[in-house]
Amino acid sequence: MALPTIFRRSLVAIALGVTVSGTAVAQERELLNSSYDIARELFAAINPEFQAKWQEEHGEEIAISQSHGGSSAQARAILQGLRADVVTFNQVTDVQVLADAGLVAEDWQDAFENNASPYYSTTAFLVRKGNPKGIESWDDLVQEDVEVVFPNPKTSGNGRYTYLAAWGFAENEFDGDEEQIEDFMRTFLANVAVFDTGGRGATTSFIEREIGDVLISFESEVNNIRSEYGSDDYEVIVPPVSILAEFPVAVVGENAERNGNSDLAQSYLEYLYTEETQRLLAGFNYRVHNETVVEEFADQFPETQLLEVNEVFGSWDEAMETHFEGGGLLDQLQRR
Amino acid sequence: MSQLATWRTGSTRVLPGFGLSMGISVLFISLVLLLPITGLFGQLAGLSLAEYWAIITEGRVVASYMVTIGAAAVAALINAVFGLLLAWVLVRYDFPGKRLLDALMDLPFALPTAVAGITLATLYASSGWMGGLLEPLGFQVAYTWVGIALAMAFTSIPFVVRTVQPVLEDLPAEVDEAAMSLGATDGVAFRRVILPHIWPALVTGTGLAFVRSLGEFGAIIFIAGNMPYETEITALMIFVKLQEYDYAGASAIASVVLFVSLSLLLAINVWQGRFVRRLHGGKG
Repeated sequence: MALPTIFRRSLVAIALGVTVSGTAVAQERELLNSSYDIARELFAAINPEFQAKWQEEHGEEIAISQSHGGSSAQARAILQGLRADVVTFNQVTDVQVLADAGLVAEDWQDAFENNASPYYSTTAFLVRKGNPKGIESWDDLVQEDVEVVFPNPKTSGNGRYTYLAAWGFAENEFDGDEEQIEDFMRTFLANVAVFDTGGRGATTSFIEREIGDVLISFESEVNNIRSEYGSDDYEVIVPPVSILAEFPVAVVGENAERNGNSDLAQSYLEYLYTEETQRLLAGFNYRVHNETVVEEFADQFPETQLLEVNEVFGSWDEAMETHFEGGGLLDQLQRR
Repeated sequence: MSQLATWRTGSTRVLPGFGLSMGISVLFISLVLLLPITGLFGQLAGLSLAEYWAIITEGRVVASYMVTIGAAAVAALINAVFGLLLAWVLVRYDFPGKRLLDALMDLPFALPTAVAGITLATLYASSGWMGGLLEPLGFQVAYTWVGIALAMAFTSIPFVVRTVQPVLEDLPAEVDEAAMSLGATDGVAFRRVILPHIWPALVTGTGLAFVRSLGEFGAIIFIAGNMPYETEITALMIFVKLQEYDYAGASAIASVVLFVSLSLLLAINVWQGRFVRRLHGGKG
């Protein structure tokens, strides 16, 4: 384990925007996990555990690299040649893009349990101390004096979930009356104070710049922010109706095969379903499926009705087409 | 040998090696400049003319042109005035810290623009130092059009300073002193003697600042607020198209920006050529 080797690897890693974790020994196999922006800390916690386990079971030392960025940007990078072995995204559509390009198996959602989503979350609200505007659910967000902060659905998967959750709520509330739903959404969108391009940007606007009365983001992110910035200053509100946000994973078959990592990639993703990892995920405020862990963390995750994109909108593809593409409903609702 | 050189370049040159250096230059330009641009237009090949037109004239995109061009124009004008002033101070006066000020001029070039954007947003948000002072007075800078112009002005100021500065250095102080000794007032000396001399450089610098502002993304995105039809810039529209995996659409909008920039640069070049010819009495 010569120091210059590590140094050189780090330089390459810095140049690629990839962090190398674990010990770097020449010749060892290296798995590249391409993931969304805010999962950096999560996988930094999971990787050493998996490496230890693999070492114990197979007597082989492996390295795991992480690459983080917007989920869509990551998918684009892989389409253009980033040799990631596995993807752990926050958007079903971003994995689907890879499947459409033949990089990921067509039936990737059946390759692992729960639609290949080892953990999930929902959208929740972060409000300022004492919840001065009394925000409890989506219909409180369309009041005249409420300013809302969430990332732009055009540029952020996080923002898309927020939009779809609000739509799903309105659809229930107004019994599917198109006109009323659209009015609701128009007001909701007009109450947005700043449209940041991603989740972290929205957090900065809400916390550092003190803009808006409520930040809408993934429940996991909102809880993490609250524990980081002070539980006295902010409150987390999980609305009674929200959306199921799946975090899909897949083996990038072509790359894993070329890198000689197929077995490793498969085991790595399976490892996310083990009880120990599920417990770790719950510690990061993600909701999980393992029943033992669910019971352990019951207090942390309030019961709420989770709408599914496939049920409310048909499918992700349909939701993208009707709502988010150029000239779609989002564009129409924002038109002046 | 000298005959050969003449044949190769079409004119008599003192230094040999034109053929090789020209060849390398053309290759370099092709690889670094033309190839990416060809790639851009390659993406456009997938679009019919009607589709292309529909993309670039979509309401929200047109609104973004207005925002971008308007803010870039304001930023360029601000920079024309203050860039000239800065260049003047740097060339004509000696004062402690002059070298530091001179070095500071290049800071916007050295600083990643995203850092500039985040810093500006922090300063001008209502919780920031400047924003906290301005907002009670009724001026909102962050998340408005003003913030966009401000960010553009920040990233493009060196263009004006660095184009005007050397030209001013060429103009010795004796020239305006002579004008004044012949009875010209300050204003007249500036207008009739100094301005004609630096005018081409000032226009070029301002033009470059404008063009640079059109394409700016990193600095603006954090301070703009990105509200549809109000504070969305064209570069964000391109970014949105890329997020949708719509490469052709992104290229279409980018081609509009590119076209405006190229036309402006070309116009400045042509105009400058004429200006120089007139200045030298027909020889150019």
